[in-house]
Amino acid sequence: VCIHRVRSCSNIRFIKSKYVCVFDKSAFKFSHQQRLFRTSAVSCGQIVQFKLSDIGEGITEVTVKEWYIKEGDSVSQFDSICEVQSDKASVTITSRYDGIIRKIHYNIDDIAFVGKPLVDIEIDASKGVASEDVVETPPMSHEEHTHQEIKGHKTLATPAVRRLAMENNIKLSEVVGTGKDNRILKEDILNYLAKQTGAILPPSPKAEIVPPQRKAEAVPAAPKDKTRKIPVPAARTIAFSGKDKTEPVTGFQKAMVKTMSAALKIPHFGYSDEVELTQLVQLREELKPLAEIRGVKLSFMPFFIKAASLGLLQYPILNASLDENCQNVTYKASHNIGVAMDTEQGLIVPNVKNVQVCSVLDIALELNRLQSLGSAGQLGTSDLTGGTFTLSNIGTIGGTYAKPVILPPEVAIGALGKIQVLPRFNGKGEVFKAQIMNVSWSADHRIIDGATMARFSNLWKSYLENPASMLLDLK
Amino acid sequence: SFKNCLWLSCVLRTPKACFWSTAGGGLIIQSISNDVYQNLAVEDWIHDHMDLEKQQVLFLWRNSPAVVIGRHQNPWQECNLRLLRQKNIKLARRRSGGGTVYHDLGNINLTFFTTRKKYERMENLKLIVKALKALRPQLDVHVTDRYDILLDRQYKISGTAAKLGRTSAYHHCTLLCNADKFVLSAVLKSPLKGLKSNATPSVPASVKNLFEEDPSLTSEILLDAIAKEYAVQHQIDHHITLINPADETLLPGITNKTKELQTWEWVYGKTPKFSISTCLNMAYKDSVLDVKINMDIKHGRIEVCNIDLPEQWLPPGLCSELVKNLTGSKFCPNETTTLVTTLLRVCPQDDEFHSRWSLLCENMISLM
Repeated sequence: VCIHRVRSCSNIRFIKSKYVCVFDKSAFKFSHQQRLFRTSAVSCGQIVQFKLSDIGEGITEVTVKEWYIKEGDSVSQFDSICEVQSDKASVTITSRYDGIIRKIHYNIDDIAFVGKPLVDIEIDASKGVASEDVVETPPMSHEEHTHQEIKGHKTLATPAVRRLAMENNIKLSEVVGTGKDNRILKEDILNYLAKQTGAILPPSPKAEIVPPQRKAEAVPAAPKDKTRKIPVPAARTIAFSGKDKTEPVTGFQKAMVKTMSAALKIPHFGYSDEVELTQLVQLREELKPLAEIRGVKLSFMPFFIKAASLGLLQYPILNASLDENCQNVTYKASHNIGVAMDTEQGLIVPNVKNVQVCSVLDIALELNRLQSLGSAGQLGTSDLTGGTFTLSNIGTIGGTYAKPVILPPEVAIGALGKIQVLPRFNGKGEVFKAQIMNVSWSADHRIIDGATMARFSNLWKSYLENPASMLLDLK
Repeated sequence: SFKNCLWLSCVLRTPKACFWSTAGGGLIIQSISNDVYQNLAVEDWIHDHMDLEKQQVLFLWRNSPAVVIGRHQNPWQECNLRLLRQKNIKLARRRSGGGTVYHDLGNINLTFFTTRKKYERMENLKLIVKALKALRPQLDVHVTDRYDILLDRQYKISGTAAKLGRTSAYHHCTLLCNADKFVLSAVLKSPLKGLKSNATPSVPASVKNLFEEDPSLTSEILLDAIAKEYAVQHQIDHHITLINPADETLLPGITNKTKELQTWEWVYGKTPKFSISTCLNMAYKDSVLDVKINMDIKHGRIEVCNIDLPEQWLPPGLCSELVKNLTGSKFCPNETTTLVTTLLRVCPQDDEFHSRWSLLCENMISLM
């Protein structure tokens, strides 16, 4: 049984035919002789060979570049099937039918021929085969576009769904599609309607290929069939067809799994305190324009980092490393202070090298460099290795107290909360506006004790609460 | 001068309110943005949403420095990614086929939107040549059967690509007015050796700017001449409507399209499967090590990875640990850098090992 290309003759519709073939232009002259009819009863879906249609410009062959579907997938009319390329033109081939892909005739990089089968689709028997020239629905104006493009796939609602939307004056652009590839299903339209009117609507069948006896339901504007019982549930249940998504853990995430698992083997203890930054805030305001003249953006971090380094000079055990067997402690000479950074990828920790010999401005400059490289995704290996102590300024995002996790092979870490304006008492017993920031330290209890952590924290705090005191110890 | 006034009065730039309701069989629009992703998103939008049956569209656009690869190409094969990153040149993958091009403000892009049935590249290119000749009759420009436009019979000034969908199609091409040829040739050369792939290769060609032929020609003048010819051929007013590709009200859904074009999954992940087989020559202390690397990369991720190191150069088990972690990871310098530096935290802490690990990893990252 053959269907002629409807270019120059009228529509011929065949139902319940076993095989349907589509001829391209060149074979047209032979088609008159080959008009053989064979009707036979079919038990399940019929396999239709979907042939590669004319590309234009006299092209006869193309290269298959990408498949959007695989064997066994169900497709709807107008779904993208594959991408082919011919002479600098990339062509998206879309399905003419609703059905299930049963066979793919080409592999990637194979040459496909116009007029030869591309895929075999099993379509529903009762639906019959649409005429060769697809009847186009009247083109929509741009406001009511029927296409939802996701990932290069042209995903339309099926004709039945589109009709339903049109009849109810619904803009498809306002409906959230929950079907495969965000396709709009009939129940999405019904849910949308239910939300608009508060009506309770009967649950609808989920399958896209509608079995014959229920075909009437696809056209709801038709007069209600009184013999059909519409179940009205007592409680309204909106069908949620979201699916769980499982992805493998790879790359950087995988490395983090390893590192964090090792980190939590370290016995952590925490120590927190409040730091009164009123004087530092004022100092920074004064110094900001001076730094700008020298091409540096000055935040609070350079002060926190330098104060930490001054503290580490007094308590070098916090800048140490314990070997695997816990046999030896190595006191690191350099203060390479890591600064936790939040990027698109996740948490990365570049470090400022040798803070012990850097000025506050040096640190600020280096931080600027690391920050711009970090946001551009261009940090190098040396920026990200060799850290000995870490500060995490989580307060820029939010939070007050935290419980930071030590990054091996380090032995201590500090998390800085956000700066809040809070009422405090001064020496005279008066209430004043104080700039308060909380700090939460975690340390390796195997080699560091609470007292050491507390004294370090107090020293660090004193430098920040009275910045002028840093001058006495600056090297 | 009189000539300038005439030019100004001919080019009416209408506000967006009149955008969709022009009469006549054609519409000429120009983007106010130089962002390659935004402009490519406009092409997508028009291709997906506009009814081109009654009205064809000519879209004019220019981009700040960017390299644009074809739909089925391999960026590692086509350009010098390290140079791109250093110079902050953007990398985009378009949806049409064809080869790799370099865009900057000295290059103009023209997109001809038609229905699928009316798709006809030769006609469009002939229109451009006609416009150029009308502007400067002495220009020796012609269209080849490869859909290139050549100047003086030898220099390529325009390359073409096309995208066909179910009902609509577009043909776009470049036109070199005054682009930076030095940057162009530097970025379009890949330093990677040992790459095997079925991705569409680009065909290199000698290029020349129209500006070199005639210094009085600017992008503005050329754009206008082509718009004028299009208007004549489509019997419409010589009206260029400006559009803002960031206008979500005018182009609903454009923001998502723009975002999608920038994702790693689209730009790099759509690269057809390829393999790299190369030898790293690493200078370490007083010797040079030859390290054979073999990798299969699919969807931009390392599917298979083999590193052939001299025995015991790295502590036992650590090379395979590295390979295990690289497998499934993105073939991306940033991803790999963060991966290997994070892994280093749980490796033996001695300087010798660290410097070897860093050396090997940096060499591997240089391939990406």
